[in-house]
Amino acid sequence: MAMQVTRERTSGKGTIYRISGPVVTAQGINSRMYDVVFVGKEQLMGEVIEIQGDKTIVQVYEDTSGVRPGEPVVETGRPLVVELGPGLLTSIYDGIQRPLVVLKDKMGDFITRGVQAPGLDHAKKWDFKPTVKKGDAVQPGTILGEVQETPTIVHRVMVPPDAKPSKVRDIKAGKFTIDEVIGTLDDGTELRMMHKWPVRVPRPNEEKLRPEIPLITGQRILDGLFPVAKGGTAAIPGPFGSGKTVTQQTLAKWSDAEIVVYIGCGERGNEMTEVLTEFPELKDPKTGGPLMNRTVLIANTSNMPVAAREASVYTGITIAEYYRDMGYDVSLMADSTSRWAEAMREISSRLEEMPGEEGYPAYLAAKLAEFYERAGRVKTLSGKFGSVTVIGAVSPPGGDFNEPVTQNTLRIVKVFWALDAKLAQRRHFPSINWLNSYSLYQDSLNDWFAKNVGQEFLDLRAWAMDALQQEAELQDIVQLVGSDSLPAEQQVTLEVTRMLREIFLQQNAFHPIDTFAPLERQLKILRAIKRYEVLSKEALARGVPVRTIGSVKSKSELGKARFEQDFDKAYEVVMSGMEQEFKVMEAA
Amino acid sequence: MAREYKTISEIAGPLVFVQQTEPVAYGELVTIRLSDGSTKRGQVLDSSKDLVAVQVFEGTSGINRDASVKFLGETLKLGVSKDMLGRILSGAGDPIDGGPEIVPEARLDIIGAAINPYARDNPSEFIQTGISTIDGMNTLVRGQKLPIFSGSGLPHNEIALQVARQAKVRGSGEEFAVVFAAMGITNEEAQFFMRDFERTGALQRAVLFLNLADDPAIERLITPRLALTAAEYLAYEHDYHVLVILTDLTNYCEALRQIGAAREEVPGRRGYPGYMYTDLAMLYERAGKIKGRKGSITQFPILTMPGDDITHPIPDLSGYITEGQIVVSRELHRKGVYPPVNVLPSLSRLMNAGIGVKKDHHGNLRTLTREDHKAVSDQAYAGYAEGRDLRGLVAIVGKEALSERDRKFLEFADMFEDKVVRQGRDEDRSIEQTLDLLWDLLGHLPEEALTRLDRKYIEKYHPKYKAKAAHAPAAVAATR
Ligand SMILES: Nc1ncnc2c1ncn2[C@@H]1O[C@H](COP(=O)(O)OP(=O)(O)OP(=O)(O)O)[C@@H](O)[C@H]1O
Ligand SMILES: [Mg+2]
Repeated sequence: MAMQVTRERTSGKGTIYRISGPVVTAQGINSRMYDVVFVGKEQLMGEVIEIQGDKTIVQVYEDTSGVRPGEPVVETGRPLVVELGPGLLTSIYDGIQRPLVVLKDKMGDFITRGVQAPGLDHAKKWDFKPTVKKGDAVQPGTILGEVQETPTIVHRVMVPPDAKPSKVRDIKAGKFTIDEVIGTLDDGTELRMMHKWPVRVPRPNEEKLRPEIPLITGQRILDGLFPVAKGGTAAIPGPFGSGKTVTQQTLAKWSDAEIVVYIGCGERGNEMTEVLTEFPELKDPKTGGPLMNRTVLIANTSNMPVAAREASVYTGITIAEYYRDMGYDVSLMADSTSRWAEAMREISSRLEEMPGEEGYPAYLAAKLAEFYERAGRVKTLSGKFGSVTVIGAVSPPGGDFNEPVTQNTLRIVKVFWALDAKLAQRRHFPSINWLNSYSLYQDSLNDWFAKNVGQEFLDLRAWAMDALQQEAELQDIVQLVGSDSLPAEQQVTLEVTRMLREIFLQQNAFHPIDTFAPLERQLKILRAIKRYEVLSKEALARGVPVRTIGSVKSKSELGKARFEQDFDKAYEVVMSGMEQEFKVMEAA
Repeated sequence: MAREYKTISEIAGPLVFVQQTEPVAYGELVTIRLSDGSTKRGQVLDSSKDLVAVQVFEGTSGINRDASVKFLGETLKLGVSKDMLGRILSGAGDPIDGGPEIVPEARLDIIGAAINPYARDNPSEFIQTGISTIDGMNTLVRGQKLPIFSGSGLPHNEIALQVARQAKVRGSGEEFAVVFAAMGITNEEAQFFMRDFERTGALQRAVLFLNLADDPAIERLITPRLALTAAEYLAYEHDYHVLVILTDLTNYCEALRQIGAAREEVPGRRGYPGYMYTDLAMLYERAGKIKGRKGSITQFPILTMPGDDITHPIPDLSGYITEGQIVVSRELHRKGVYPPVNVLPSLSRLMNAGIGVKKDHHGNLRTLTREDHKAVSDQAYAGYAEGRDLRGLVAIVGKEALSERDRKFLEFADMFEDKVVRQGRDEDRSIEQTLDLLWDLLGHLPEEALTRLDRKYIEKYHPKYKAKAAHAPAAVAATR
């Protein structure tokens, strides 16, 4: 069965000429660029990446130790594809869409090699309900019917994007496997619940739309100060241990995307296991079902073959586009794009290509751009609206953003969440630097925020950003003279910005309540801090000493309200307490 | 049948190139017989119909065109056995303690396959090392890889040994087996480890692989792989909880760089190969736990940061792979603080999973350390960071210019180093002692500055209330 899916159209045969790590040179075949071939006695899967005279160069997705020159190379005549159909959700794949669960069954606890495993379960029957009928005109991308893929997600079966416009000749309801024919078109095309798509080719859409709806993340610093749009692109660069993975996992958990594709690209095994154990237990705030029901995981950890790591981001984004085409909002996390770039660098250096900056191939910038370009909010071929938001972690060597991967990424993405080791060391999380980060979507999202949260939110955001800027300037002075020598007014400003930092910006991803803050709560916290400022300034004007103002208890109470199940109630208590405290304050 | 060739065409650095061979496997093991009869071992790095590149572990000195090269038809394997415990082996895996040959129970490929992430088990068992800066602030758990980032001349070996001596999972009664791999450390350092293992009886449950400073540099590339292969065998076939100490990864990386240079590869940052991240990952990722297997592998690698620079590629790439790091500070060492761990740049990413009181799958509460652990550690971090920042300011404006609040933080940082960080080389603190110590110090900070601590913890553990609670009825203590 596995063979049938992955080994169709076998054609020419050749032999291995040379093996150098993941790069194998073959002779005597005539495959096209990016075609899949199987190399060696164990038939390891690989992809053609260069053709030189009579030599064909192949990157191999599995370990090549023990492979010898002279062993066979078999062509398949097809490019690297993914299987798209019901059963993707809740799966965990390696970089070339082999289900890790199946690999474990076949290989045991360790990943060995030479095992083929199709991406989808070909034996399982799904209950298909057509939404078109005989005689209906269909286009590429038209939705033919539905399958309840998981308790929370309806899978919409589509005419493959590379089919021709036609009419439905017949279509059946009932239980089918993904290989069984569920209907035919007038031109004879057989319809199935699964189709394949080459990972390196973007799936087509009707048109790209302006990103004007925010992806609500429940993270105060992100929604409040640096929002990303649905269909937008964001990068999180930061040194090791600064919070890239935690941020990405938190976004996967709480942001209001309907589908999450999470790519662990050249990172830690334990982190993937963590997602695997945590997601089935966590409840999605919208549907109440386990988060895993709307998630696809791709795990090609740092010690798994680099060529498959290179492929993993394409596998991931193709799956994301597929759900977008059904009309879903998809968010894709890639952790880390630097490891992907390094995989390209390693392959490129084995090819002895002319290196660009820091040994990366000259096409690095182009590859990054092509990848992020696959994000977007679109009108789909079937006229629905869907989006793919891409959030990429970047791991700059030495934490220095002045390096090719970070720099080339920043040229493309619209949102920059700059992680800061200094903040992380202070356990200020998320350690996103509020002075360096930016979102170029802010203006196009303002309307949405004004309409759905209120103009007040936008005003408070501007006020908070302004205060934080001022703080940075004041800190320079404090470093020289100490804070006690500042004028009272400025001491109050520092107190306010301390609250902004500690109560608004800091957010504990591991606290069951604080990990997700709805917009309403974000607004209230800002409002409270602003109120503190107003009351403080009034008190100053009355002649109350700064010290008295600074010792207001409601400040720390506000911080603690964030952890309360019933935030609104705690908030009311804090606010009336604050009013009271200021009221009784007396002039010196 | 092994094939032998006298067709060496080129020798460059640690590499030998051989022509006109039968098809040779990538990664195949090689022996080279020199004209004087001695032999060296190597491994195939690149294999084509015309030319084979061999990396020679013992270095190429003495090899000339007359040497004959034999391809052994298999990749590098280690014969493993439970009897390895108590033994001292060379960096190439041969006994050097005068004991008998090891009769292998199995022969395992030393590269080590990747654990399927789906087969992994989440590391969550708290290992008490008895060192406050680790247990309290950067907790180690079973199956973690937590390196020491140190500098030359700093007491990282002492710390590693103290951890090896004191590490235990409380209530389990199980002892760790130790697999120790030395890469390019001095004989004196190796002696230091061996003496300590002998003194404490740890040697009986340890396997030592020693590649010392005067041993062949390229051999260092296989030493940690041999050690990890032995560790996997002990953990997964014999149910041991294995603590692997690798030292010094910096020497390992230098050997890697040497191979890269000899192959005239395009170097990555500061001359290290572009694939060093992946290469290191193939070592570090061999730590872990597997569902359904009893044993585990916890790694405690040591590396010395060239020029104490944490952004140098060796610590940098390591930090991107390991699950945190314990950073040893020259500044604290100069102040005479042992163990001189700077907690600020230190981190344990698996800490959250291993501390506090957690609900298990059945909804039962499991006490891992203590309920207040996370909050106390966060508060201590924030306090220490703030206090240290103020030291800079004091140097400029003097203590007098500080506000009352700031002065308290400054004192907190000093006390933290003196009371929490500093401890004896044989002082084995329980986690409760460590947490109580932290509370004692936090008690000196203004209460409204304790923003990371829940009211309920303050009332239960803060010295001020604790003292009261001890004397007064509970009801009174609760109404602050
Ligand atoms: N929002 C947060 N809330 C609480 N703790 C956090 C948060 N973000 C990060 N941390 C802490 O920081 C540690 C490191 O974060 P993380 O693993 O995300 O770093 P990273 O940037 O992905 O590092 P690497 O590049 O090495 O993978 C976490 O283990 C956690 O302890
Ligand atoms: Mg990470």
